[in-house]
Amino acid sequence: MSTEPRIPTRLGDGSFTEMTRSGIRADIVAGSEAAARRAKVPPLGDDEVDHLLEIYASPARFTGVDVGEEVVLSCDGTGMKTHATRIQDLQSYEQWMGADLLELCVGDYSLKVVRTILAYEAQYMHDAQLCTIAPLQYGVMPNLGLYSKPDGPCENWSALLPLGRIAEARAAAEEAVEMAVADMVKLADSQWEAGADAIDWDTTGASGDPEFLAALRATRIIRARYPDMGVQLGMAGEFVLGMHGQLEWEGVRLAGLWPRDQLLLAQQAGATVFGPVVNINTGRSLAWNMARAVALIKPCMAVAEIPVHPNVGMGVGGVPMFVYPPGDATCRAAKSLVELLHVDGL
Amino acid sequence: MHNAHAQAVSIGGIRAGGDLVARMQMTRGMRLKEAKRYVADRLGVTPFDLSDPVVMTEVRNELGFGRIHSYAISQPLQANQIEAKFNIARALDVPINCVERFRERTGGA
Repeated sequence: MSTEPRIPTRLGDGSFTEMTRSGIRADIVAGSEAAARRAKVPPLGDDEVDHLLEIYASPARFTGVDVGEEVVLSCDGTGMKTHATRIQDLQSYEQWMGADLLELCVGDYSLKVVRTILAYEAQYMHDAQLCTIAPLQYGVMPNLGLYSKPDGPCENWSALLPLGRIAEARAAAEEAVEMAVADMVKLADSQWEAGADAIDWDTTGASGDPEFLAALRATRIIRARYPDMGVQLGMAGEFVLGMHGQLEWEGVRLAGLWPRDQLLLAQQAGATVFGPVVNINTGRSLAWNMARAVALIKPCMAVAEIPVHPNVGMGVGGVPMFVYPPGDATCRAAKSLVELLHVDGL
Repeated sequence: MHNAHAQAVSIGGIRAGGDLVARMQMTRGMRLKEAKRYVADRLGVTPFDLSDPVVMTEVRNELGFGRIHSYAISQPLQANQIEAKFNIARALDVPINCVERFRERTGGA
Protein backbone atom coordinates (compact mmCIF):
# COMPACT_ATOMS: atom_id res chain seq x y z
CA MET A 1 0.00 0.00 0.00
CA SER A 2 1.35 3.46 -0.95
CA THR A 3 2.32 5.79 1.87
CA GLU A 4 2.39 8.78 -0.49
CA PRO A 5 0.26 11.60 0.93
CA ARG A 6 -3.11 12.14 -0.70
CA ILE A 7 -4.05 15.60 -1.90
CA PRO A 8 -7.61 16.93 -2.18
CA THR A 9 -8.54 17.61 -5.79
CA ARG A 10 -11.67 17.42 -7.93
CA LEU A 11 -13.24 15.47 -10.75
CA GLY A 12 -14.78 17.05 -13.83
CA ASP A 13 -18.22 17.04 -12.20
CA GLY A 14 -16.79 19.17 -9.39
CA SER A 15 -16.86 16.49 -6.68
CA PHE A 16 -13.89 16.20 -4.34
CA THR A 17 -11.55 13.26 -4.50
CA GLU A 18 -8.08 12.57 -3.14
CA MET A 19 -5.08 11.66 -5.27
CA THR A 20 -1.39 11.20 -4.71
CA ARG A 21 1.09 13.52 -6.42
CA SER A 22 2.23 10.69 -8.67
CA GLY A 23 -1.40 9.87 -9.47
CA ILE A 24 -2.05 13.48 -10.51
CA ARG A 25 1.08 13.41 -12.67
CA ALA A 26 -0.07 10.21 -14.34
CA ASP A 27 -3.45 11.82 -15.07
CA ILE A 28 -1.78 14.87 -16.60
CA VAL A 29 0.24 12.67 -18.91
CA ALA A 30 -2.84 10.63 -19.79
CA GLY A 31 -4.93 13.74 -20.54
CA SER A 32 -2.23 15.10 -22.79
CA GLU A 33 -1.92 11.80 -24.61
CA ALA A 34 -5.70 11.61 -25.04
CA ALA A 35 -5.61 14.97 -26.83
CA ALA A 36 -2.65 13.91 -28.96
CA ARG A 37 -4.36 10.69 -30.04
CA ARG A 38 -7.71 12.30 -30.86
CA ALA A 39 -6.68 15.60 -32.45
CA LYS A 40 -3.22 14.68 -33.77
CA VAL A 41 -1.62 17.46 -31.71
CA PRO A 42 1.75 17.20 -29.97
CA PRO A 43 1.54 15.95 -26.35
CA LEU A 44 2.72 18.24 -23.57
CA GLY A 45 6.45 18.36 -22.85
CA ASP A 46 7.92 17.36 -19.50
CA ASP A 47 8.25 20.99 -18.41
CA GLU A 48 4.57 21.58 -19.14
CA VAL A 49 3.57 18.42 -17.28
CA ASP A 50 5.63 19.55 -14.29
CA HIS A 51 4.08 23.04 -14.44
CA LEU A 52 0.55 21.62 -14.39
CA LEU A 53 1.56 19.25 -11.59
CA GLU A 54 2.64 22.18 -9.40
CA ILE A 55 -0.74 23.83 -9.96
CA TYR A 56 -2.92 20.73 -9.43
CA ALA A 57 -0.89 19.01 -6.69
CA SER A 58 -1.01 22.10 -4.50
CA PRO A 59 -3.44 21.89 -1.55
CA ALA A 60 -3.86 25.70 -1.63
CA ARG A 61 -7.42 26.93 -1.66
CA PHE A 62 -6.60 29.67 -4.17
CA THR A 63 -3.92 30.51 -6.68
CA GLY A 64 -3.27 33.01 -9.47
CA VAL A 65 -0.78 34.29 -12.00
CA ASP A 66 2.26 36.36 -11.09
CA VAL A 67 1.74 40.09 -10.58
CA GLY A 68 2.01 41.85 -13.93
CA GLU A 69 0.95 38.78 -15.94
CA GLU A 70 -2.78 39.52 -15.82
CA VAL A 71 -5.02 39.10 -18.87
CA VAL A 72 -8.34 40.44 -20.15
CA LEU A 73 -11.57 38.75 -19.10
CA SER A 74 -14.21 38.87 -21.83
CA CYS A 75 -17.10 38.55 -19.45
CA ASP A 76 -20.06 37.17 -21.37
CA GLY A 77 -23.48 37.17 -19.79
CA THR A 78 -22.72 40.10 -17.50
CA GLY A 79 -25.89 42.00 -18.37
CA MET A 80 -28.46 39.25 -18.03
CA LYS A 81 -30.72 40.36 -15.19
CA THR A 82 -28.86 38.25 -12.65
CA HIS A 83 -29.79 40.33 -9.64
CA ALA A 84 -31.29 43.63 -10.80
CA THR A 85 -32.10 45.31 -14.11
CA ARG A 86 -29.74 44.49 -16.94
CA ILE A 87 -28.13 47.93 -16.85
CA GLN A 88 -27.65 47.65 -13.09
CA ASP A 89 -26.08 44.25 -13.64
CA LEU A 90 -23.65 45.75 -16.15
CA GLN A 91 -22.80 48.50 -13.67
CA SER A 92 -22.29 45.95 -10.91
CA TYR A 93 -19.87 43.94 -13.03
CA GLU A 94 -18.03 47.11 -13.98
CA GLN A 95 -18.00 48.79 -10.58
CA TRP A 96 -17.90 45.92 -8.10
CA MET A 97 -16.32 43.04 -9.95
CA GLY A 98 -13.79 44.88 -12.10
CA ALA A 99 -14.96 43.32 -15.38
CA ASP A 100 -12.63 44.24 -18.25
CA LEU A 101 -15.52 44.29 -20.71
CA LEU A 102 -19.25 43.91 -20.50
CA GLU A 103 -21.89 42.09 -22.46
CA LEU A 104 -25.55 42.88 -22.87
CA CYS A 105 -27.74 39.89 -23.73
CA VAL A 106 -31.13 38.34 -23.08
CA GLY A 107 -31.64 35.30 -20.87
CA ASP A 108 -32.54 32.96 -23.73
CA TYR A 109 -29.40 34.10 -25.58
CA SER A 110 -30.59 32.67 -28.92
CA LEU A 111 -30.30 34.65 -32.16
CA LYS A 112 -33.72 33.63 -33.39
CA VAL A 113 -35.34 34.91 -30.19
CA VAL A 114 -33.47 38.22 -30.31
CA ARG A 115 -34.37 38.89 -33.96
CA THR A 116 -37.95 39.61 -32.88
CA ILE A 117 -36.90 42.27 -30.35
CA LEU A 118 -34.06 44.05 -32.16
CA ALA A 119 -35.42 47.53 -31.53
CA TYR A 120 -35.84 46.93 -27.80
CA GLU A 121 -32.35 45.50 -27.51
CA ALA A 122 -30.89 48.40 -29.47
CA GLN A 123 -32.63 50.87 -27.16
CA TYR A 124 -31.21 49.03 -24.17
CA MET A 125 -27.72 49.12 -25.65
CA HIS A 126 -28.09 52.85 -26.30
CA ASP A 127 -29.12 53.48 -22.68
CA ALA A 128 -26.44 51.16 -21.26
CA GLN A 129 -23.68 52.89 -23.20
CA LEU A 130 -24.60 56.19 -21.58
CA CYS A 131 -23.91 54.91 -18.08
CA THR A 132 -20.97 52.52 -18.40
CA ILE A 133 -17.26 52.96 -19.15
CA ALA A 134 -15.93 49.52 -20.06
CA PRO A 135 -16.34 48.33 -23.66
CA LEU A 136 -19.79 46.83 -24.11
CA GLN A 137 -20.66 44.11 -26.61
CA TYR A 138 -23.95 42.43 -27.48
CA GLY A 139 -23.94 38.66 -27.15
CA VAL A 140 -26.04 35.90 -28.64
CA MET A 141 -25.58 32.27 -29.50
CA PRO A 142 -26.43 31.50 -33.14
CA ASN A 143 -28.24 28.31 -31.98
CA LEU A 144 -29.12 27.26 -35.51
CA GLY A 145 -31.29 24.43 -34.23
CA LEU A 146 -34.05 26.91 -33.41
CA TYR A 147 -34.43 27.58 -37.15
CA SER A 148 -35.68 24.01 -37.63
CA LYS A 149 -39.15 22.60 -36.93
CA PRO A 150 -40.95 22.62 -34.55
CA ASP A 151 -39.29 25.86 -33.36
CA GLY A 152 -38.52 27.34 -36.76
CA PRO A 153 -39.50 27.27 -40.43
CA CYS A 154 -36.88 24.84 -41.81
CA GLU A 155 -37.18 21.08 -41.93
CA ASN A 156 -35.48 19.41 -38.99
CA TRP A 157 -32.15 18.00 -40.15
CA SER A 158 -31.70 16.12 -36.89
CA ALA A 159 -34.95 14.26 -37.58
CA LEU A 160 -34.18 13.69 -41.26
CA LEU A 161 -30.67 12.31 -40.79
CA PRO A 162 -31.67 9.15 -38.85
CA LEU A 163 -34.20 8.42 -41.63
CA GLY A 164 -31.43 8.45 -44.19
CA ARG A 165 -32.87 11.51 -45.94
CA ILE A 166 -29.43 13.04 -46.22
CA ALA A 167 -29.99 15.41 -49.14
CA GLU A 168 -33.13 16.87 -47.54
CA ALA A 169 -31.31 17.29 -44.23
CA ARG A 170 -28.47 19.13 -45.91
CA ALA A 171 -30.87 21.37 -47.84
CA ALA A 172 -32.69 22.25 -44.63
CA ALA A 173 -29.45 23.16 -42.86
CA GLU A 174 -28.35 25.30 -45.81
CA GLU A 175 -31.67 27.14 -45.74
CA ALA A 176 -31.22 27.79 -42.03
CA VAL A 177 -27.71 29.16 -42.62
CA GLU A 178 -29.09 31.78 -45.02
CA MET A 179 -31.71 32.87 -42.47
CA ALA A 180 -29.22 32.99 -39.61
CA VAL A 181 -26.69 35.06 -41.57
CA ALA A 182 -29.41 37.58 -42.44
CA ASP A 183 -30.49 37.76 -38.80
CA MET A 184 -26.93 38.11 -37.50
CA VAL A 185 -26.25 41.00 -39.86
CA LYS A 186 -29.54 42.71 -38.95
CA LEU A 187 -28.66 42.35 -35.29
CA ALA A 188 -25.24 43.90 -35.88
CA ASP A 189 -26.81 46.74 -37.91
CA SER A 190 -29.17 47.64 -35.08
CA GLN A 191 -26.53 47.28 -32.36
CA TRP A 192 -24.00 49.37 -34.26
CA GLU A 193 -26.55 52.14 -34.69
CA ALA A 194 -27.20 51.97 -30.94
CA GLY A 195 -23.52 52.38 -30.06
CA ALA A 196 -22.32 48.81 -29.39
CA ASP A 197 -18.59 48.23 -29.39
CA ALA A 198 -18.75 44.63 -30.58
CA ILE A 199 -20.85 41.54 -31.21
CA ASP A 200 -20.22 38.19 -29.53
CA TRP A 201 -21.17 34.93 -31.27
CA ASP A 202 -21.19 32.63 -28.28
CA THR A 203 -21.27 28.79 -28.42
CA THR A 204 -20.78 28.88 -32.18
CA GLY A 205 -21.05 25.49 -33.83
CA ALA A 206 -23.44 23.98 -31.28
CA SER A 207 -25.46 22.85 -34.30
CA GLY A 208 -22.35 21.75 -36.13
CA ASP A 209 -20.74 22.89 -39.35
CA PRO A 210 -23.78 24.82 -40.70
CA GLU A 211 -23.76 27.04 -37.63
CA PHE A 212 -20.01 27.65 -37.83
CA LEU A 213 -20.42 28.61 -41.48
CA ALA A 214 -23.19 31.07 -40.63
CA ALA A 215 -21.00 32.75 -38.01
CA LEU A 216 -18.04 33.03 -40.38
CA ARG A 217 -20.16 34.48 -43.17
CA ALA A 218 -21.88 36.98 -40.88
CA THR A 219 -18.55 38.00 -39.33
CA ARG A 220 -17.06 38.80 -42.71
CA ILE A 221 -20.07 40.92 -43.73
CA ILE A 222 -20.19 42.80 -40.43
CA ARG A 223 -16.48 43.57 -40.31
CA ALA A 224 -16.56 44.83 -43.89
CA ARG A 225 -19.57 47.00 -43.15
CA TYR A 226 -18.36 48.28 -39.75
CA PRO A 227 -14.55 48.04 -39.54
CA ASP A 228 -14.51 49.54 -36.03
CA MET A 229 -16.97 46.98 -34.65
CA GLY A 230 -15.34 44.01 -32.95
CA VAL A 231 -16.60 40.47 -33.41
CA GLN A 232 -15.84 37.87 -30.81
CA LEU A 233 -16.30 34.33 -32.08
CA GLY A 234 -16.51 31.76 -29.31
CA MET A 235 -17.01 28.08 -29.98
CA ALA A 236 -19.40 25.54 -28.47
CA GLY A 237 -17.05 22.57 -28.48
CA GLU A 238 -13.55 21.46 -29.28
CA PHE A 239 -14.55 19.78 -32.54
CA VAL A 240 -16.89 21.00 -35.29
CA LEU A 241 -19.60 18.39 -35.69
CA GLY A 242 -20.42 17.41 -39.25
CA MET A 243 -24.18 17.82 -39.14
CA HIS A 244 -24.02 18.63 -42.86
CA GLY A 245 -20.59 17.28 -43.64
CA GLN A 246 -19.86 19.00 -46.94
CA LEU A 247 -19.83 22.68 -46.03
CA GLU A 248 -16.66 24.62 -46.72
CA TRP A 249 -15.20 28.05 -46.04
CA GLU A 250 -12.87 29.11 -48.83
CA GLY A 251 -12.02 25.54 -49.71
CA VAL A 252 -11.67 24.27 -46.13
CA ARG A 253 -14.14 21.62 -45.02
CA LEU A 254 -15.65 22.72 -41.71
CA ALA A 255 -16.70 19.37 -40.28
CA GLY A 256 -14.01 17.93 -38.06
CA LEU A 257 -11.99 21.06 -37.43
CA TRP A 258 -10.07 21.32 -34.14
CA PRO A 259 -9.27 24.63 -32.35
CA ARG A 260 -6.22 25.63 -34.41
CA ASP A 261 -8.04 25.37 -37.72
CA GLN A 262 -11.18 26.98 -36.26
CA LEU A 263 -9.03 29.96 -35.26
CA LEU A 264 -7.45 30.24 -38.70
CA LEU A 265 -10.89 30.53 -40.30
CA ALA A 266 -12.21 32.91 -37.63
CA GLN A 267 -9.36 35.34 -38.15
CA GLN A 268 -9.63 34.97 -41.92
CA ALA A 269 -13.30 35.98 -41.64
CA GLY A 270 -12.30 39.07 -39.65
CA ALA A 271 -13.08 38.13 -36.06
CA THR A 272 -11.22 40.27 -33.52
CA VAL A 273 -11.30 37.75 -30.64
CA PHE A 274 -11.46 33.94 -30.83
CA GLY A 275 -12.69 31.71 -28.02
CA PRO A 276 -11.68 28.06 -28.29
CA VAL A 277 -13.54 25.50 -26.20
CA VAL A 278 -12.50 22.17 -24.75
CA ASN A 279 -15.30 20.27 -23.07
CA ILE A 280 -15.00 18.61 -19.66
CA ASN A 281 -15.01 14.85 -19.09
CA THR A 282 -16.95 14.70 -15.82
CA GLY A 283 -15.56 11.30 -14.84
CA ARG A 284 -11.89 12.24 -15.06
CA SER A 285 -9.84 14.43 -12.72
CA LEU A 286 -9.45 18.14 -13.35
CA ALA A 287 -5.73 17.56 -13.85
CA TRP A 288 -6.51 15.13 -16.71
CA ASN A 289 -9.02 17.61 -18.17
CA MET A 290 -6.66 20.56 -17.93
CA ALA A 291 -3.81 18.71 -19.60
CA ARG A 292 -6.14 17.73 -22.43
CA ALA A 293 -7.40 21.32 -22.79
CA VAL A 294 -3.90 22.80 -22.84
CA ALA A 295 -2.71 20.28 -25.44
CA LEU A 296 -5.74 20.91 -27.68
CA ILE A 297 -5.54 24.72 -27.53
CA LYS A 298 -1.74 25.04 -27.66
CA PRO A 299 -1.52 24.84 -31.49
CA CYS A 300 -3.72 27.95 -31.67
CA MET A 301 -1.16 30.10 -29.98
CA ALA A 302 1.51 29.66 -32.64
CA VAL A 303 -0.72 30.89 -35.46
CA ALA A 304 -2.90 33.45 -33.65
CA GLU A 305 -2.93 36.97 -35.09
CA ILE A 306 -5.92 37.98 -32.96
CA PRO A 307 -6.49 37.61 -29.21
CA VAL A 308 -7.29 34.07 -28.05
CA HIS A 309 -9.67 33.85 -25.08
CA PRO A 310 -10.32 30.19 -24.19
CA ASN A 311 -13.75 29.60 -22.71
CA VAL A 312 -13.63 28.86 -18.99
CA GLY A 313 -17.27 28.74 -18.00
CA MET A 314 -19.11 25.83 -16.45
CA GLY A 315 -18.02 22.55 -18.05
CA VAL A 316 -15.32 23.90 -20.37
CA GLY A 317 -11.63 24.76 -20.20
CA GLY A 318 -10.93 22.77 -17.05
CA VAL A 319 -13.80 24.31 -15.06
CA PRO A 320 -16.08 21.66 -13.54
CA MET A 321 -19.50 20.87 -14.95
CA PHE A 322 -21.29 22.20 -11.91
CA VAL A 323 -23.66 25.13 -11.75
CA TYR A 324 -21.56 26.94 -9.11
CA PRO A 325 -18.00 26.05 -10.09
CA PRO A 326 -15.73 25.87 -7.01
CA GLY A 327 -13.25 28.73 -6.75
CA ASP A 328 -10.29 26.41 -6.12
CA ALA A 329 -10.95 24.69 -9.44
CA THR A 330 -11.75 27.87 -11.36
CA CYS A 331 -8.57 29.70 -10.36
CA ARG A 332 -6.44 26.66 -11.28
CA ALA A 333 -7.99 26.51 -14.73
CA ALA A 334 -7.37 30.22 -15.30
CA LYS A 335 -3.78 30.09 -14.05
CA SER A 336 -2.99 27.01 -16.15
CA LEU A 337 -4.23 28.53 -19.40
CA VAL A 338 -2.47 31.84 -18.83
CA GLU A 339 0.84 30.42 -17.68
CA LEU A 340 1.17 27.47 -20.04
CA LEU A 341 -0.38 28.93 -23.17
CA HIS A 342 0.15 32.68 -22.70
CA VAL A 343 -3.41 33.28 -23.81
CA ASP A 344 -4.57 36.86 -24.39
CA GLY A 345 -7.60 36.56 -22.16
CA LEU A 346 -10.31 34.25 -20.91
CA MET B 1 -17.02 31.90 -10.87
CA HIS B 2 -16.39 35.39 -12.24
CA ASN B 3 -14.84 36.48 -8.95
CA ALA B 4 -12.44 33.53 -8.92
CA HIS B 5 -11.31 34.23 -12.49
CA ALA B 6 -11.02 37.95 -11.75
CA GLN B 7 -8.92 37.48 -8.63
CA ALA B 8 -6.73 34.82 -10.24
CA VAL B 9 -5.85 36.41 -13.57
CA SER B 10 -7.73 39.60 -14.47
CA ILE B 11 -6.25 43.05 -15.09
CA GLY B 12 -9.14 44.43 -13.05
CA GLY B 13 -11.39 46.45 -15.34
CA ILE B 14 -11.86 50.08 -14.35
CA ARG B 15 -10.26 49.37 -10.96
CA ALA B 16 -7.04 49.53 -12.99
CA GLY B 17 -6.62 49.55 -16.80
CA GLY B 18 -8.38 46.37 -17.88
CA ASP B 19 -11.14 48.14 -19.80
CA LEU B 20 -8.53 50.04 -21.84
CA VAL B 21 -6.62 46.90 -22.84
CA ALA B 22 -9.89 45.09 -23.53
CA ARG B 23 -10.99 47.91 -25.83
CA MET B 24 -7.87 47.52 -27.98
CA GLN B 25 -8.33 43.76 -28.14
CA MET B 26 -12.02 43.90 -28.88
CA THR B 27 -12.11 46.59 -31.53
CA ARG B 28 -8.59 46.41 -32.95
CA GLY B 29 -7.88 42.70 -32.63
CA MET B 30 -4.62 43.42 -30.80
CA ARG B 31 -3.01 40.54 -28.96
CA LEU B 32 -2.34 41.01 -25.25
CA LYS B 33 1.27 42.22 -25.31
CA GLU B 34 0.59 44.59 -28.19
CA ALA B 35 -2.56 45.94 -26.54
CA LYS B 36 -0.85 46.46 -23.17
CA ARG B 37 2.12 48.15 -24.83
CA TYR B 38 -0.13 50.41 -26.91
CA VAL B 39 -2.21 51.54 -23.94
CA ALA B 40 0.82 51.96 -21.68
CA ASP B 41 2.63 54.09 -24.26
CA ARG B 42 -0.41 56.29 -24.81
CA LEU B 43 -0.76 56.86 -21.06
CA GLY B 44 2.91 57.20 -20.21
CA VAL B 45 3.01 54.20 -17.87
CA THR B 46 4.47 50.68 -18.13
CA PRO B 47 2.50 47.56 -19.11
CA PHE B 48 3.09 46.33 -15.53
CA ASP B 49 1.31 49.43 -14.18
CA LEU B 50 -1.89 48.67 -16.08
CA SER B 51 -3.04 46.08 -13.55
CA ASP B 52 -2.06 48.14 -10.51
CA PRO B 53 -5.07 49.97 -9.03
CA VAL B 54 -2.80 52.36 -7.14
CA VAL B 55 -1.04 53.67 -10.23
CA MET B 56 -4.08 53.49 -12.46
CA THR B 57 -6.38 55.34 -10.06
CA GLU B 58 -4.03 58.29 -10.32
CA VAL B 59 -3.93 57.99 -14.11
CA ARG B 60 -7.69 57.67 -14.36
CA ASN B 61 -8.18 60.71 -12.14
CA GLU B 62 -5.73 62.77 -14.12
CA LEU B 63 -7.09 61.84 -17.53
CA GLY B 64 -10.78 61.68 -16.63
CA PHE B 65 -11.26 57.98 -17.41
CA GLY B 66 -13.86 57.34 -14.70
CA ARG B 67 -13.36 55.05 -11.72
CA ILE B 68 -15.17 53.04 -9.11
CA HIS B 69 -17.63 55.26 -7.33
CA SER B 70 -20.00 55.00 -4.42
CA TYR B 71 -21.48 57.41 -1.98
CA ALA B 72 -18.48 56.86 0.24
CA ILE B 73 -16.04 57.61 -2.58
CA SER B 74 -17.75 60.31 -4.59
CA GLN B 75 -16.05 62.25 -7.37
CA PRO B 76 -18.87 64.49 -8.60
CA LEU B 77 -16.50 66.82 -10.42
CA GLN B 78 -14.74 64.07 -12.39
CA ALA B 79 -15.74 62.61 -15.74
CA ASN B 80 -17.60 59.32 -15.57
CA GLN B 81 -19.62 56.96 -17.77
CA ILE B 82 -20.18 58.44 -21.27
CA GLU B 83 -18.08 61.49 -20.35
CA ALA B 84 -15.14 59.25 -19.48
CA LYS B 85 -15.38 57.51 -22.86
CA PHE B 86 -14.85 60.83 -24.65
CA ASN B 87 -11.56 61.15 -22.76
CA ILE B 88 -10.60 57.51 -23.37
CA ALA B 89 -11.22 57.85 -27.12
CA ARG B 90 -9.01 60.92 -27.28
CA ALA B 91 -6.22 59.49 -25.13
CA LEU B 92 -6.08 56.13 -26.90
CA ASP B 93 -6.69 57.69 -30.32
CA VAL B 94 -9.44 55.21 -31.17
CA PRO B 95 -12.98 56.05 -32.19
CA ILE B 96 -15.56 54.78 -29.71
CA ASN B 97 -18.86 54.07 -31.38
CA CYS B 98 -21.16 55.43 -28.67
CA VAL B 99 -19.04 58.58 -28.36
CA GLU B 100 -19.42 59.22 -32.09
CA ARG B 101 -23.18 58.62 -31.79
CA PHE B 102 -23.37 60.99 -28.85
CA ARG B 103 -21.66 63.69 -30.90
CA GLU B 104 -24.04 63.15 -33.83
CA ARG B 105 -27.11 63.25 -31.62
CA THR B 106 -26.08 66.34 -29.70
CA GLY B 107 -25.23 68.51 -32.66
CA GLY B 108 -21.54 67.65 -32.90
CA ALA B 109 -20.68 68.36 -29.27
